[in-house]
Amino acid sequence: MSKNEPGATRRAVLLGTLAGSVAVTIRLEPAQATPERMRTAIRNVVGEASIRKGRVELEVPPLVENGNTVALSVAVDSPMTATDYVKALHVFNEKNPQPNVISVHLGPRAGKAKISTRFRLADSQMVTAIAEMSDGTFWSASADVIVTLAACVEGI
Amino acid sequence: MARPLINVPAKIKRGQVFEIKTLISHIMETGFRYTTTGAQIPRDIVTAFSCSYNGEEIFRADLYPAISANPFLTFFTTATESGTLDFKWIGDKGFSETATAKIVVE
Repeated sequence: MSKNEPGATRRAVLLGTLAGSVAVTIRLEPAQATPERMRTAIRNVVGEASIRKGRVELEVPPLVENGNTVALSVAVDSPMTATDYVKALHVFNEKNPQPNVISVHLGPRAGKAKISTRFRLADSQMVTAIAEMSDGTFWSASADVIVTLAACVEGI
Repeated sequence: MARPLINVPAKIKRGQVFEIKTLISHIMETGFRYTTTGAQIPRDIVTAFSCSYNGEEIFRADLYPAISANPFLTFFTTATESGTLDFKWIGDKGFSETATAKIVVE
């Protein structure tokens, strides 16, 4: 090693360049959530419980011109009685900078488990809604959306 | 100044399920955008919303940057008694806004 000490060797320069390119890759990564990050976000909410398809109705337009405002409506098939109701509703996305969209907490007084809002989409992607029932089960629905004008990350 | 808009029926029959529509003017800056000089625009969003009916919380939502500017939110509740609906929004940079709506249950 001692003979390499003085000055910048070819190896050191090469390593430096490599480190630089790695740093650039890492810097770019948080600009987009991946399906894996969505899965992690879902696991953070759901824990170890299994998620079943059904009972949730997710309404989003299949083709969106402007990703800045996309109408979103989530409804859950539930009697909404004191013993059987929807505790929470969560919406996730795959490719926005962050996987979460909204988390909503309901109770039996809601009478009807349905919410609607408007959200942003940075890219064509899959949107997933998950409902947490009072008996501890989780139900989900997914929908694909095609976006022509992206939101979230554009500069001004 | 953020201006909230609330839409609830003025009169309703007891036990009936009704829709509440809310909207608040807010830029909902994501924190993921940059200016032309490369400076990051800091996040400025509404992070939480809640609604209570005669003091009891009936609805609560956590909002994320993926929610569009001027957050619009609709939900349902059951008419129990005449009274007030209190709405509250909380956000970044100390943002806090409230609104109330009166409801008559027959």
